[in-house]
Amino acid sequence: MDFDLMFTSFPKLLGATVVTLKLLSASLFFGLIIGLLFAILRLNKNIFINKFAYGYSYLFRGTPLLVQIFIIYFGLGQIEYLRSSFLWVILKEPYWCAIIAFTLNTGAYTSEILRSAFQTIKPGIIEAGKSLGISNKIIFYKIQIPIAIRQSLPAYGNEIILMMKGTSLASTVTLMDLTGVAKYIISTTFKPIEVFIVAGGIYLFMTFIIHNFIKYLEKKYSFSQ
Amino acid sequence: MELLAFGKTGWGDELFYATLMTIAVSVTAMFIGFFFALIFTPLKLSKFKSLNIIGNFYTTVIRGVPELLVIYLFFFGGSGAIMYVASIFGYFEYIEINAFITGSMAIGIISGAYSTEVFRGAIQSIDKGQFEAAKVLGINKFTQFYKIILPQMLRLAIPNLSNVWQITLKDTSLISVTGLVEIMRQSYIAAGSTRDPLFFYCFAAILYLMLTYISMKIINRLEIKYSRGY
Repeated sequence: MDFDLMFTSFPKLLGATVVTLKLLSASLFFGLIIGLLFAILRLNKNIFINKFAYGYSYLFRGTPLLVQIFIIYFGLGQIEYLRSSFLWVILKEPYWCAIIAFTLNTGAYTSEILRSAFQTIKPGIIEAGKSLGISNKIIFYKIQIPIAIRQSLPAYGNEIILMMKGTSLASTVTLMDLTGVAKYIISTTFKPIEVFIVAGGIYLFMTFIIHNFIKYLEKKYSFSQ
Repeated sequence: MELLAFGKTGWGDELFYATLMTIAVSVTAMFIGFFFALIFTPLKLSKFKSLNIIGNFYTTVIRGVPELLVIYLFFFGGSGAIMYVASIFGYFEYIEINAFITGSMAIGIISGAYSTEVFRGAIQSIDKGQFEAAKVLGINKFTQFYKIILPQMLRLAIPNLSNVWQITLKDTSLISVTGLVEIMRQSYIAAGSTRDPLFFYCFAAILYLMLTYISMKIINRLEIKYSRGY
C-alpha cells in the first residue's frame, strides 16, 4: 500500500469531482424536463405521438451510453450542415456533447419512471378533482404532477445514482472528470489499487449522500403523515 | 452499404465477429456473475453479522462505483495481482492476461453484484412455510436448496435477471477501452480508418438494439416455461 500516493492524489481527485458533479447536475436538470415532456407524450392518446415517445425511450434504453456519446461527439461533427450552423459552437465542445448524451439518456429513463407514476395515480383522485369543478389544467399541475413526483421518488433516486456512475463515461471523450483523472494517475503511477480506493471512496460517498437525501425526501412527502 | 460488405473490401465480417465477441463476453460475464452471486447471496442471508457485512460490502461497493473504474482496476491491476500470486509460488516471469478474461471478469463481478441482489430478493419472497416443511420432512440443507428453494426462486428471479442481462450486455461496450475487439472497439477502428464515425456508431447502436430485442424474446419464452403451473 502506497499511502503517500493516496494522500497526494486525493486533492487532484477531489478537484475532478467538481467536473463530475457539474456534469451530473446539468444532465439531471435537463433530463428531468425532457423526461416529464416525454412522459406526457407517452400518455397522449394520439398513436403517432405515443409511438414517437416510446421509440425515443426504447432507442436510448436499448443501446449503451457509450455508443450515444460517441455518436454525438464523433458522429455529428461529420454532418456538413451542422458544422456550419450555430450549433457547432456547442457540439465541438466535449463537455456539452457529454451533457447532451447524458441528458437524452437520463431523459429516456426518467420518462419511463414518470409514466408509470402517472399511470398508478388512482382515477378516483382525478374524478374527485373534476367533481369539485377544478379545471383539467389545474388538476394536472396541482394534483397529478405532485403525486407522480412523490410516487417516482424511489425509482428516481436509483436513476440519479446510475447517472452519477454514467458520468464516468465522459472520460472517454477527453473530459477530465473523476474517472478520467483516476485513470490518468493509474496509468502514470501503475498503482491501480490505491487510486481505486480513493476514487471509489469518493463515488461511494456521493452515492451515500444521494441515497440518504432521497430517503429523507420520501419520508418528508410520504402520504401517511 | 459497400462499407458493410463481407470480405476485404468492407467491414461486414469484422463487425459480425465483433458481435459474436460481445455475445461471448456477455454470456461469460453472466456466468461469472452467477458464480459470485452463489457465494455472496448466502453471505447476505446468513445469521452471522460478520458474514452479512462481507456480503453487503461487495454489493454496495460494486453498485456504487462506476463500471469504468472497476474495468480500469482490472485492466491495470489484473496482471499485477496474478504476478504477485505467481511470485508466491516461485514464478517471476511477466504474465500477461488476455483482454477477454480481464474484461469478462470485470463485467462478471459487476453483474454478480446485481444478480446477488436479485437472488436475495427472490429467496426472501419464498414462503417461510416451504423452509419449515422441508425441515419437518427431514430433508437436509443441500437437497432443500437444490430441489425446493432453487426451482421456486428461478421463477421469481427470471424477470429481474433479464434486467441484469440487459445491463451486462450494455456494460460490455465499456471493455472496448481495454482493446478487446467487440462491437464498440470494431466500430471505433472502422470509423477511424474510413472517417465515417456517424455511420459506424449508428450501426453499432442498431446491433445493440438487435441484441437486446432478441434476448428479450428469448427471456420471455423462458419466463413462460418456468412459470408453468402458476
